[in-house]
Amino acid sequence: MSRLSVRKTYKLYIGGAFPRSESGRSYPVTSAKGDFLANASRASRKDARDAVVAARKAFPGWSGATAYNRGQILYRIAEMLEGRRAQFADELGGGKRAALEQVDATVDRLVWYAGWSDKIASVHGAANPVAGPYFNLSTPEPTGVVAVVAPADPLLGLVSVVAPAIVTGNTCVVVASEPSPLGAITLSEVLATSDLPGGVVNVLTGRQSELAPWLAAHMDVNAIDLTGVADADLALSCEQAAAENLKRVLRPAAAPDWAADPGIGRMTAFLETKTVWHPVGI
Amino acid sequence: MFEYAPAPESRDVVDLKSSYGLFINGEFVDGSGTPFKTVNPATEETLAEVATASSDDVDRAVQAARKAFGVWSALPGAERAKYLFRIARIIQERARELAVLESLDNGKPIRESRDVDVPLVAAHFFYYAGWADKLEYAGFGSAKPLGVAGQVIPWNFPLLMLAWKIAPALACGNTVVLKPAETTPLTALLFADICRQADLPPGVVNIVTGAGETGAAVVAHPDVNKVAFTGSTEVGRIIARTVAGTGKKLTLELGGKAANIVFDDAAVDQAVEGIVNGIFFNQGHVCCAGSRLLVQESIQEELLAALKRRLGTLRLGDPLDKNTDIGAINSAEQLAKIRRLSDLGESEGAERWSPACELPGKGFWFPPTLFTGVAQSHSVAREEIFGPVLSVLTFRTPAEAVEKANNTPYGLSAGVWTEKGSRILWMADRLRAGVVWANTFNKFDPASPFGGFKESGFGREGGRHGLEAYLEV
Repeated sequence: MSRLSVRKTYKLYIGGAFPRSESGRSYPVTSAKGDFLANASRASRKDARDAVVAARKAFPGWSGATAYNRGQILYRIAEMLEGRRAQFADELGGGKRAALEQVDATVDRLVWYAGWSDKIASVHGAANPVAGPYFNLSTPEPTGVVAVVAPADPLLGLVSVVAPAIVTGNTCVVVASEPSPLGAITLSEVLATSDLPGGVVNVLTGRQSELAPWLAAHMDVNAIDLTGVADADLALSCEQAAAENLKRVLRPAAAPDWAADPGIGRMTAFLETKTVWHPVGI
Repeated sequence: MFEYAPAPESRDVVDLKSSYGLFINGEFVDGSGTPFKTVNPATEETLAEVATASSDDVDRAVQAARKAFGVWSALPGAERAKYLFRIARIIQERARELAVLESLDNGKPIRESRDVDVPLVAAHFFYYAGWADKLEYAGFGSAKPLGVAGQVIPWNFPLLMLAWKIAPALACGNTVVLKPAETTPLTALLFADICRQADLPPGVVNIVTGAGETGAAVVAHPDVNKVAFTGSTEVGRIIARTVAGTGKKLTLELGGKAANIVFDDAAVDQAVEGIVNGIFFNQGHVCCAGSRLLVQESIQEELLAALKRRLGTLRLGDPLDKNTDIGAINSAEQLAKIRRLSDLGESEGAERWSPACELPGKGFWFPPTLFTGVAQSHSVAREEIFGPVLSVLTFRTPAEAVEKANNTPYGLSAGVWTEKGSRILWMADRLRAGVVWANTFNKFDPASPFGGFKESGFGREGGRHGLEAYLEV
């Protein structure tokens, strides 16, 4: 007699813990062929607010960590992901070889961003030669709490939007792909075991059309990435709501090619430039 | 305080016309809206009548800019650079004329328009002129311009804000439609004449005057590729909402409520000068003004005594007098706002103080004002007053200073006064503001990026960073 497998309960990831939605709601997730995979949590507005609180709480520590330390942790995420290569390929489904390639590309993307942590300031900062006896230096600083509406691509796409936001010191609240949210929760298990402080990445699953507007209008969210919003009306209403507290908005003109060289634009979109002046004298 | 003999700068250098048109496609043309008057805020005398651009006029200006874009963006960068260098030189040649006109129209002391505004304007054009043929080295990958830039600027630094907008836009190969503020249009119109003297191709710079409706037409115009605005956070929100979904590139430089933090080891006399410069420079009409003084509790009495003594020596009066420290409030509307918020400060329980200070009978004036006993919840600690009004709060520890400084939706600037280097850097790390002045305040330079965190807006002006707003990145 074959053994009955022990299935995983897919929950949310908030503040380093895995709670169910406080609303008690869930929705069925199916494979591309329509087979039942799991019941994912359908996050509520309260869950979204809790996630923002967790992200805000984690911000001083994460943004205050050394760039070297953040780079080490992103590299650690890559290591943990590599170790669960087969599991992620399984979850992705489809052809095994193609799935493994996706996982490998995701690991490589994390390693790429890990290396940026202590280089972005050199590339994006400046020593400014002002016309007077002043020391003057500009450095890139994280924007704060970033809401990330993740694209449909459940692993490479997801990591390609989360890694650039956090590597520079931001914390984030991620709305996972609505049809394929399970990879985001399994990725959360990787994050939870990679020395990433709780609250740096928070993951919500559920209805994008519910969650995105709440985050776009939340007054303690500093920026929003609308890459995953395919519905133009929804994206527009989110962009308009974001104006209320002047959130930085990232809304790519075209759907990005996740296999292409990402460039530094996704990092600089969520960076502020801080310029410090001091007189020179004896 | 001993008396100074009057030392007024001559107005003769300025040739004021009775009326001004719009500057579109290299020509001064009539506007189709109802003209408005611009007044000297120090005397309430009408300086000139200025055209109002209707949305049709704005459309003509955008068309002229679009047509000029082809030619201008195709010019080799080195040629664009030479036009900008020319403009910088003419600004220097006509510096006194610009300074006097700025003080007449704005009310700021001639000492500031002559020694700060106009030199910075020329420097800004010089700085960005040099970038025009080096854009591929700026680190933004592409060196492609965006197209037509619609720019709306405020009344506090009329010509300087024009320079901050136009110089980088032109250097990158864009053409512009700029709307100056309705209370201070004159130096922008004089700048139009400077463009003509420089033989700048028609349509590269267009100036449309008018009030909010004209600005809204510039921002909403479908053929504008880039919107740049400096002004209030309130209007910034409206603009962000208008631009949402259009794909137009947007930069906003908005309000502030900066903390100027003085520790117990600071050099008191220098700190006092910095506090005065921080909030009374330009009558406090400065988005990055140090309007919240956070003073360490142990030196509160000593510092406030020195500050009050210093405020007693400030000279308020004729903006054209070379000894004037504090000029006129820019408009009756702004004066009413300052009065309303100051009265609110008193009624909410803060203690109000001003030095003995005689205000001229005509014009718009407000004395330098201090509020002590201010709580973080008071309106005078939260709202941008945009006038010569300083709110004083206290703190005990560096952590408390950071907490209070950051307790605002704004994040434009901050000041730190201490002799301890490590503490400066510790504070600078934690202050959520785009500019941190340590043992100095209100310093500006074309090579230094300026702009805010949070609700103070986004994007940077100045320096290499300032190019990003005008390039396809």
